[in-house]
Amino acid sequence: MRDQITEEIRQLEEAIPKMIEIARGFNLDFYPMRFEICPGDIIYTFGAYGMPTRYTHWSFGKNYHRMKTQYDYNLSRIYEMVINSDPCYAFLLEGNTIIQNKMVSAHVLAHCDFFKNNVYFSSTNPKDIIESMAVAAERIRQYELIHGQQRVESFIDTVMSVQEHIEPHRMIKQKDPRDQEKKEKVCCSGNDKGTPYDDLWNLEKSAPSCNCQGNCARKKKTLPQQPEKDLLLFIMENAKGLEEWQLDILSTLRDEMIYFWPQMQTKIMNEGWATYWHLRIMREMDLDEAEVIEFAKMNAGVILPSRNSINPYYLGLKMFEDIEKRWDQEYGAGAGREKIFEIREIDNDASFLRNYLTKELVEELDLYLYRKIGHDWKIVEKNWEKVRDHLVSSMTNCGIPVIMVEDGDYDLRGELYLKNIFENRELDIKYLEKTLIHVYNLWNRPVHLETKIDNKPALFSFDGEKGNRKFL
Amino acid sequence: MTYSFIISREDWSLHRKGEVDQHRHREKVREAIKKNLADIVSEESIILSDGQRVVKVPIRSLEQYRFRYDFRKQKHTGQGDGKSKVGDILGSDPGQQAPGKGPGAGEDPGHDYYEADVTIDEIEQIVFEDLSLPNLEEKKNKKLASESVEFRDVRKIGIQSNVDRKRTILEVLKRNALKGKPGIHGITPEDLRYKTWEVVPKFESSAVVLAMMDTSGSMGPFEKYIARSFFFWMVRFLRTKYQNVEIVFLAHHTEAKEVSEEEFFTKGESGGTRCSSVYQLALDLINARYPKDDYNIYAFHFSDGDNLTSDNEKCIQLIDQLLSKCSLVGYGEIEGPYYYTSTLNSFFKKLNHSRFLSVTIRDKSGVYPALKAFFKKPDQEGG
Repeated sequence: MRDQITEEIRQLEEAIPKMIEIARGFNLDFYPMRFEICPGDIIYTFGAYGMPTRYTHWSFGKNYHRMKTQYDYNLSRIYEMVINSDPCYAFLLEGNTIIQNKMVSAHVLAHCDFFKNNVYFSSTNPKDIIESMAVAAERIRQYELIHGQQRVESFIDTVMSVQEHIEPHRMIKQKDPRDQEKKEKVCCSGNDKGTPYDDLWNLEKSAPSCNCQGNCARKKKTLPQQPEKDLLLFIMENAKGLEEWQLDILSTLRDEMIYFWPQMQTKIMNEGWATYWHLRIMREMDLDEAEVIEFAKMNAGVILPSRNSINPYYLGLKMFEDIEKRWDQEYGAGAGREKIFEIREIDNDASFLRNYLTKELVEELDLYLYRKIGHDWKIVEKNWEKVRDHLVSSMTNCGIPVIMVEDGDYDLRGELYLKNIFENRELDIKYLEKTLIHVYNLWNRPVHLETKIDNKPALFSFDGEKGNRKFL
Repeated sequence: MTYSFIISREDWSLHRKGEVDQHRHREKVREAIKKNLADIVSEESIILSDGQRVVKVPIRSLEQYRFRYDFRKQKHTGQGDGKSKVGDILGSDPGQQAPGKGPGAGEDPGHDYYEADVTIDEIEQIVFEDLSLPNLEEKKNKKLASESVEFRDVRKIGIQSNVDRKRTILEVLKRNALKGKPGIHGITPEDLRYKTWEVVPKFESSAVVLAMMDTSGSMGPFEKYIARSFFFWMVRFLRTKYQNVEIVFLAHHTEAKEVSEEEFFTKGESGGTRCSSVYQLALDLINARYPKDDYNIYAFHFSDGDNLTSDNEKCIQLIDQLLSKCSLVGYGEIEGPYYYTSTLNSFFKKLNHSRFLSVTIRDKSGVYPALKAFFKKPDQEGG
């Protein structure tokens, strides 16, 4: 066994520099690479946690168990796991054949290029993510020792229920609400802030020239000033009664979600890009006949289409190849390659599909929409635009409903009013009502969520004891 | 040009993170099962499990709720082989047809609860934890065995708290005597002797359980399901915890007869209801085969209570007679949709006997409380 692994490593050490050279020749641009060969259950652990150093939670154990069972029964197999970090860690499955490892290495080089160059990843912190997650995990472990496992665990359960409701595009600068406040300070509303003695400092100032009779104070108090998508942030900044450790967990889970979000929103592109490149890098390698066949078989498995879902590897690959071909035809050889490099830099799945999925491709790939009619799942649509538009809308916000904080002081009673930005897709009502309880546990005051049921606006509420729903 | 890369293989054998959290998940599953026993006990997948050892148990509390779209109300994208057309059926929902055919059966996020794979043994363990045969008395004819622990053996290896002092000292004496220096001094590890136990069946008593079920026309699928769920667990419980407990299956409509276990659990009949017939049959059987001095006798009857009114008085008389012979008589009445008030149960209210118990089951979750009521552990009676 030992010898076999040494041999495995030796062969890889020989192959990887070649592949790196080929990849560089193709202008792929990646971080320094760390390849680690590890046993199946370790890869599955990382797969379940999304990161080797993440905090501990039973739900990861559940994922791990499911993935490992599938692996044990030979139902599925992850060949690799790659992490958006600098240096980039790639975990290869022990027992992969050398040719599998070569393909996987080529695949992860392209993933790493994507991590490094796609604009949506620019807000992640690949240099210190592994460390910072490890430190956070350790802090959470300390909280368990201090506050008890049950309490910490159930708080994490609560935060996890809304962890997807963040604003990942903070890079688009927002108006700082404090600027606004400063401008309005001259008005009478400035008086209601801070300690009761603050007015002593202002004795010499003239009385505010405002005849609002307190009205503008009330107006300014509206929280948030504009509807806020980042529910976690809003709760962190405004919820009453959360303890320091709870705020820390909130902020930790939010940071981790911001880190994972770009991966969620570029799944098709990222896998398509990696598949596109592993094919091309492998073609440049000297493979003997048996290796070529093995590689072809493995590649075929990766891009196998599914009747019930979209295989991101296949769709992404086909789209990149299609774009390259079309641009080459129109603007001359080489233009296609340039175009796909541009796309990998500036697009995400939603824009990628919206801009580049063509009629011909939808028809060639035989994509369709299906839904449940009676007890059957039936194909209901093959019109390419409808298919494309549906794909795009299902990628929007990573397929997660958009919930906005409308009012943090609803009815002037400190209640939280959320609004689902309705996009013709109804929410799962049972889930909604249960999640609202979690939101209550964070906000500690009654919470409301407005959405639409059968196209009529409806309001769901939870006041700490019972839920309530009504049409508006 | 040098490339920056490293290939390594660390020792991962101590990396237990996944296992640890999996264990915690398992624990939560067990807790959840305990909390939801009432629902789980009447779960069809178990009652109809047919010898299958692993069943899927719906566990609501382990679901991770979040805001999400309604899976069933929306369209999904798929990819065909080039020949797909509008109207093609990809599959049907499991449950309506053979499972596994629907798209993504198993990965279908439309399930509104989390299903855990649990073995029936695991559930049994939890269910049977606090059940036992009540009022068990010692009888002449000892056939009924329950497990008990006896210290019968002495070994050189064992648990520190079970050190057999006497034999250890004897070993010390022997060893020292052999060396020519008799006396108790210097106990060495080789001298230590431990008491070790064996699990032995302890014959205390003997018992027979009469399982009586109404199979008349008024017992609809729901009522039958409830009655059978109860008897299913009862039979399993008796066979797991007690060796050699006899179970007699009696089915009745206007007439009663003794049936095989298989018939009891599968056959349905029709016709009117005369509960006295089964009580009479039970009495006859007791008189003929199970003398009171030899057996602890338990009689359990499940019915929808829709008895011939003229028969009710007779039932009470017979129950009285049964009570003089039985350690416990239990009557379970299943309230179906056609529930009315003048049922058998309302007549039984006149009976006031410490060994007569009646329960009413309104829905599936009532099966477990019924089990607990009939098979109450003695130490729970006080509290």
